[in-house]
Amino acid sequence: MGSVIRIVLQRLALGLVTLLIVSAVIFGAVNLLPGDFAQAVLGQSATPEAVAAIRTQLGLDQPLPVRYAQWLWDAARGDLGVSFAQANFASFTGRVDPSATVLAQIGPRFANTMFLAGVTAAIAVPLAVGLGILAALWRDTAFDKGANIATLSSISSPEFFVAYILILLFAVVNPVLPSLSNIFPGMSFGERLEKTLLPALTLTLVVTAHMMRMTRAAILNLMAQPYIEMARLKGMRPLRVIWRHALPNALAPIVNVVALNLAYLVTGVVVVEVVFVYPGIGQLFVDSVKLRDIPVVQACCLIFAAAYILLNLTADILSIISNPRLRHPK
Amino acid sequence: MTPLLEIRDLRIEGRSDEEWHPIINGVDLTLGRGEVLGLIGESGAGKSTLGLAAMGYVRDGVRISGGSVMFDGIDLMNASTEEKRSLLGRRIAYVAQSAAASFNPAHKLIDQHVEAPVRHGVQDRGESIEDAIELYRKLRLPNPEEIGFRYPHQVSGGQLQRAMTAMAMSCRPDLIIFDEPTTALDVTTQIEVLAAIRDIVDQFGTSAIYITHDLAVVAQMADRIKVLLRGDEVETAPTREMLDHPREDYTKSLWAVRGYHRPEKPKPGPESVPILAVEGVTAAYGEQVVLNEVSFDIHPGRTVAVVGESGSGKSTTARVITGLLPPRDGVVRFEGEALPPSYRQRSKDQLRQIQMIYQMADTALNPRQTIAQIVGRPVRFYSGLKGRKLAARVDELLDQIEMDPAIYRDRLPGELSGGQKQRVGIARALAAEPRLIICDEVTSALDQLVAEGILKLLARLQDELGLSYMFITHDLATVKAIADEVVVMKEGQVIEQGPKTEMFTPPHHPYTDLLLSSVPEMDPDWLDRLLAERGVEALGEAATDKM
Repeated sequence: MGSVIRIVLQRLALGLVTLLIVSAVIFGAVNLLPGDFAQAVLGQSATPEAVAAIRTQLGLDQPLPVRYAQWLWDAARGDLGVSFAQANFASFTGRVDPSATVLAQIGPRFANTMFLAGVTAAIAVPLAVGLGILAALWRDTAFDKGANIATLSSISSPEFFVAYILILLFAVVNPVLPSLSNIFPGMSFGERLEKTLLPALTLTLVVTAHMMRMTRAAILNLMAQPYIEMARLKGMRPLRVIWRHALPNALAPIVNVVALNLAYLVTGVVVVEVVFVYPGIGQLFVDSVKLRDIPVVQACCLIFAAAYILLNLTADILSIISNPRLRHPK
Repeated sequence: MTPLLEIRDLRIEGRSDEEWHPIINGVDLTLGRGEVLGLIGESGAGKSTLGLAAMGYVRDGVRISGGSVMFDGIDLMNASTEEKRSLLGRRIAYVAQSAAASFNPAHKLIDQHVEAPVRHGVQDRGESIEDAIELYRKLRLPNPEEIGFRYPHQVSGGQLQRAMTAMAMSCRPDLIIFDEPTTALDVTTQIEVLAAIRDIVDQFGTSAIYITHDLAVVAQMADRIKVLLRGDEVETAPTREMLDHPREDYTKSLWAVRGYHRPEKPKPGPESVPILAVEGVTAAYGEQVVLNEVSFDIHPGRTVAVVGESGSGKSTTARVITGLLPPRDGVVRFEGEALPPSYRQRSKDQLRQIQMIYQMADTALNPRQTIAQIVGRPVRFYSGLKGRKLAARVDELLDQIEMDPAIYRDRLPGELSGGQKQRVGIARALAAEPRLIICDEVTSALDQLVAEGILKLLARLQDELGLSYMFITHDLATVKAIADEVVVMKEGQVIEQGPKTEMFTPPHHPYTDLLLSSVPEMDPDWLDRLLAERGVEALGEAATDKM
């Protein structure tokens, strides 16, 4: 067990280093964006003095490494700064409106995104793994081919197209679900779930194919193993052979592809959010880029990167734990 | 009484290249209750296929195209899937060649043991666990109460093979198919497993089909022996009769293979400089020391066999000599001159002098290159020959390994047999014009007749080209056949070394003695005698008493 803990700690440390490198890349890249906030907010007719004043106030006149160090130091303490767009620069009071901090801006949006990702994962992961197992069990049958074709077509269609088809089917032709997902604080869980269902179904259709095909492939990959033949020769039923003998040994690749898809759900769902007017972090991110609201953009990027790293880390750790050689050393 | 198993005119085909090819061409097999039938033949003879067909099972890409399999009055050819499944594991069980690969790495031994009895409704989990412990005890596994609660990787190969036999016994089947159960084991471990299998089969009166390519092993285990050759039966006879009076030429040739013997060359004079001297070599993988103060010499034109069980450090020694693993301590000298520890620091000429041939010719040859390309590359690399001269040299090398260049130069490795691939491996080593060739278990994966051909080829090349060989093997029959000197290794140390005749004449070092006495002999009483000598029969009786 000691070796597992050591490996986990190693991976955690590596994850932190990766996050640090990514943060530097984010900071550098965001500052490469053409134009700046002062220019964007004051418009074409601003006097150079006014622009300079705002730049000074925001610290934009400092050299890049200094700004990076300051930002990193603050971020490490949980302070992601103040949204440029929300702070009231006209008043020049120097006081910060609490609702203008980046955290206050991102917090609720991030919670919404996590809710959507959670609902999607709750549907998609069992569905994909289940379909993958059945496709492996009934390999080369009509079911296998049908599942492959269906999931491949859904992954090959653009997300917005899938979304509009679902809206057409479930909100227009059979109006059972709302087409707008305008959720807000204070809604009950049931209401939230109802509003989230259509975007979650859309995303399910997008992510299922990848996970299902990997599950199927990982299981089939093992079917030529002598211990699978042994299980058959002990008279075990095909489903039991797969469930009990193949699946536990196929967990590592499956967990990894699941983690990749969950990371996508956290970071890559802008289009679906736009179609359903879902107040998630993706929309906030796009709006902030448009406005050159650098603190928000940076914070979003950092969250995305952290989500990717964390999920992959979890997958790594789970696949390590799924290996009995590491769990039970000689 | 009707026989337990009756196979009539069984025909089996396998699919390759979109076509069905025959694997078994109409074989009959009858097995009485309590009888053990030995099934013997070279690889590709269809032994395993026939063994599995006796269970009504065929692998993917294989089909039964005719004949009948009757198990205790049940027609397995026409039985429903459900009916067959209820027999498998319960009345017919299987013991596979590699227990390490055939136990599921994700589950404890005991969970895999109880699966068949519980699922078939023979016993509940608690009863089955108790029974497993009893079987482990009968099979003389250490810590029978605890060993089942380990994962496969925590148990040694020989113990796993016994645990697998226990698993096969879990439902007290009428028939067990043993498919080369000791082939992957060291000789000393093989003894224990053979004795354990024989005891338990005797005790329960189980019928068995014992598949192997090793005649001496089958002689210990079987009441009757059936010889297969490329899907046809050659002959069947009771064990003693078959050993004493084989009728068919093929059977006789199998028996004769073990007769190959190359006389030991005269000892090198005192002034002879060893072509290779390993001096006090200690080597480690990370922290783990795997070689400890290993020293031996190889004199020009001689064959030194390095023997030992798996994990004894034989192959690691080869890695140190070739510079793949720089030693922690000690030095390797070539004709008296110290070689740089790492191959990276060695000159092209130093590299050229020592070549290797590997056990798995299959994986050591690039499947996408023709034979001429494979052999031609080292020729070009070491001698710089090009064009027609290169082609001529390649043809010459192919002639040396007795493969007609006109036929083979443009073939791919996939189109060759195992023995031919190994010959190409030899040609590739010869291409560098080496002085010393390290042969790492080069005949272990080959059938006896083919292996003998390779040994004869190597001997001829040695005489013609004055080559020296370091011959790594765990097979003492091979050592007897070709070695001039023997180095016995155990746990990274040289236990004993000397000329072959001395090594095979008592007194031995106790470990050498154990190794030598563990090699099965073509005598049906060998195992009994050996166990009696070692005082093991007492244990067998103790196990019987517990019944």
